[in-house]
Amino acid sequence: MNTKINDFVIRFANVNGSGSASANGMFAKALFRMGIPVATRNIFPSNIQGLPTWFEVRVSEQGYLGRREGVDIMVAMNAETFAEDIDSILPGGYLVYDNSKPLPRELVRSDVHEIGIPIATMMLPEFADPKQRSLFKNITYLGALAGLLNIEFDVITGMVATQYKGKDALIEPNIRALEIGRNYALEYLQAPLPLQVQRSDAVGNRIMIDGNDAAGLGSVYGGATVCAWYPITPSTSVAESFENHSKRLRIDKDTGHKNYAFMQSEDELAAIGIVIGAAWNGARSFTATSGPGISLMSEFFGLAYFAEIPAVVWDIQRSGPSTGMPTRTQQGDLIGAAYASHGDTKHPLLFPATPKECFDFAADALDLADRLQTPILVLSDLELGMNENLSDPLEWDDSRRYDRGKVLSAEQLDGLETFGRYLDVDGDGVGYRTLPGTHPDKGAFFTRGTSRDEYAAYTESPDAYQRNMERLQLKWQTARGLVPKAEINGRGGRVGVLYYGTTSLPIPEALDKLAVSGIHLDTCRVRAFPFGEEVEAFVADHDLIFVVEQNRDGQMRTLLVNELQTDPAKLIPILYFAGLSISADFIDAQISEYYEEHKLARLTEVTS
Amino acid sequence: MTFVSKPRVHHPNLPTNELGLTRRDYEGSVSTLCAGCGHDSVSAAIVQACAELSLPPHRFAKVSGIGCSSKTPSYFLNRSHGFNSVHGRMPSVATGANLANRDLMCVGVSGDGDSASIGLGQFAHVVRRRTNMLYLVDNNGTYGLTKGQFSATNDKGSTSKKGVPNLYEPIDLVSMALQLGASFVARSFSGDKAQLVPLIKAALKHKGMAFIDVISPCVAFNNHGGSTKSFEFVREHSSSVVDADLIFGQPEITADYAEGTQENIAMPDGSTLQLYKIDANYDPHDRIGAMTYVQKMQEQGQVATGLLYVDPEALECHDIMETTARPLNELTEETLCPGSEVLESINQSYR
Repeated sequence: MNTKINDFVIRFANVNGSGSASANGMFAKALFRMGIPVATRNIFPSNIQGLPTWFEVRVSEQGYLGRREGVDIMVAMNAETFAEDIDSILPGGYLVYDNSKPLPRELVRSDVHEIGIPIATMMLPEFADPKQRSLFKNITYLGALAGLLNIEFDVITGMVATQYKGKDALIEPNIRALEIGRNYALEYLQAPLPLQVQRSDAVGNRIMIDGNDAAGLGSVYGGATVCAWYPITPSTSVAESFENHSKRLRIDKDTGHKNYAFMQSEDELAAIGIVIGAAWNGARSFTATSGPGISLMSEFFGLAYFAEIPAVVWDIQRSGPSTGMPTRTQQGDLIGAAYASHGDTKHPLLFPATPKECFDFAADALDLADRLQTPILVLSDLELGMNENLSDPLEWDDSRRYDRGKVLSAEQLDGLETFGRYLDVDGDGVGYRTLPGTHPDKGAFFTRGTSRDEYAAYTESPDAYQRNMERLQLKWQTARGLVPKAEINGRGGRVGVLYYGTTSLPIPEALDKLAVSGIHLDTCRVRAFPFGEEVEAFVADHDLIFVVEQNRDGQMRTLLVNELQTDPAKLIPILYFAGLSISADFIDAQISEYYEEHKLARLTEVTS
Repeated sequence: MTFVSKPRVHHPNLPTNELGLTRRDYEGSVSTLCAGCGHDSVSAAIVQACAELSLPPHRFAKVSGIGCSSKTPSYFLNRSHGFNSVHGRMPSVATGANLANRDLMCVGVSGDGDSASIGLGQFAHVVRRRTNMLYLVDNNGTYGLTKGQFSATNDKGSTSKKGVPNLYEPIDLVSMALQLGASFVARSFSGDKAQLVPLIKAALKHKGMAFIDVISPCVAFNNHGGSTKSFEFVREHSSSVVDADLIFGQPEITADYAEGTQENIAMPDGSTLQLYKIDANYDPHDRIGAMTYVQKMQEQGQVATGLLYVDPEALECHDIMETTARPLNELTEETLCPGSEVLESINQSYR
């Protein structure tokens, strides 16, 4: 059999709460440290302990980070899901399992290589404590995989040493468990397998981080001083990251006091209320939530839109309501977020696709919220937020200054004849605001929703209301030019593909696959709503555009049709919404099928 | 309807405070509430308290929810910013405002619907966070802006405008504030300026969560069935001549009574409110004692008024959180941004 280097999918099937996450994480990190691109995916239940959980690592020398269909190596450690786990292995793949108990014969597949390791049996004489035995089972299969896949052993042992620094008593038994596994593989199994890894330089200077962590850190760099939030999967780690980094980076050296406020509130209503109250009073503030939280916050979004108060909201999207599928990923909140709340409201949205972009957008969103005096919603998702992935290193330009927008100081107020909070002085639809307590007798105003004139005086005048709404529309046009521009690539073809957020991950691979069969697509990665002129031009310049997204209703497509008055017929929806992340195989199959059905022309390279 | 500002001219002999300001410098715009509304007396008491304390009139953050009570922050302290926010959500907005700038005096005005029904959760949590603010409830036991529905502070057995009795237990915000950790808890009556103004002054001086429940009768919705002053009566007898609902103004209900005595107040709905002013022998430093006292008085059909509990030593939210003494909204890049060099080492930790 031919040896295949750095190109496979391995899946670990475990029981939630069995301590497998750390061993599985070490596996991925070891390959990353050998310079091999990896993408990790945690498929976990809404549960603390006892339910099935899977961890998948895609290993790809080419650097494909999207999910790939099919499993090459299954490490099946959960009896409950054993049958379906074996079922998911591709023909010619490998089943790694604990053969302390024999494999039931009905589960044997003739087209799969069985690799039995007597893990439980080997643990018995080594570790007296049953808890330890159970814990070190995970480390033992990690050791066996090191032997089977040719992972550099000192990379793994080095990680154990770092991970348990300060808890030295744990280092020795961990190393021992690794050795037991590895020795068994080298002694009794045919190791290494034809599927194996090899040191590479394909990672380059990239880092491995999850999007939520990067978002929290970006909020620290972007100058957020108030974070109010309510726990909800998969967004919780955004707030936790902000606190963890702030604890190190935001402590006053002399007093030990915090240069930030971190408040877990009683619910999402309070979280957004605190953010809006703080922003009204001039502090950069943000919250993080998921779909149900967006629903709860919607009343406040309306107030902030009309009262023109900055706010940054991270929506780490997941699938539908309640418990269960919410631990799966989706891009299902676009329409809800874009037009959230009562009355005529719309909100700028940002769509990060990588951890680095989460970091960048965290700071950009704070600037945009201050500049536009309105809530900015950043739409990430579980796939990006909770999985450790390769990312370009994070960067910060030390000459960058926070854009606090149009805020008048006491001196500026002194120089003004008249102050009108909602006067459009600059013609961009954005008025000048003042912060409470700025000036002894100038600039104070009463903040309300809609019933006010340009000077913030109470009025129910129809004319004043309409003037205000038209100014807000002008502000929306201003926003078009300020939000991050779409990334557009192509060679002037007639057919394009448009996508955003984590749907971008499998796109390079999908394009390569499509190119093999002569399908070449121009690409547009949308990074924000409202759509800029470049998106409008891309849509206008192509006869046919595949809009790829991870929801049932084609929500991005709806926004394009609605906002750009695009002919719906030219926007072909490619939709995946089953809860895993979208794969290149799926995109390739769907687009190829469309070409087939509609007999669209392909471009094939002629080889002589 | 347009906002009306008050004429700036005033009597040349108005007394000035330590800042050289008169009471007029602490006022707001003209109230749009019904004539004789208790809420206006509360606003006037706030004006008087702030003026007498010589507080800078622009250094307040005034926050409210929705309802008649929540309109009042525009009727006092015109030189300060105000925020008429979302129904029942004043506590969170006030919390945020206070987190952003701890140097400003934070005044939150709410009503019984705003705090005891839709906003009960936020009320409870802002109290337990001990946000440094004056939290004042104009409590009239009714929904004014939506025309007289029961609120959750209404006594069991009292009747609505349709003669239907309230079947449910009342929520006593004072008892809740005591239980949840407010470090200053008082109750008063909108018409008793002699008691209310000193209480507001003390609350403004208090560092931490200061809660005052002000019973403030609604003169518009005298809801007892046969009253000729009832909303139905007015509507029935006026609808042919005017399109808008018409509310007759009522004289303000006032009270002036000595410590340790009881005052019976005739309420617009025909009921009698029995106020009991606590006397000098009452110990306001005993939280458990205060809880028992309030409950006991309630059992006897009496409403205890005065300063019920104060703990001058209690920590406020910023102390609990150990935030910097500087207002967070004044911090700049220098303090907030760790810079590129630190980021490079952070990158390294992710490799």
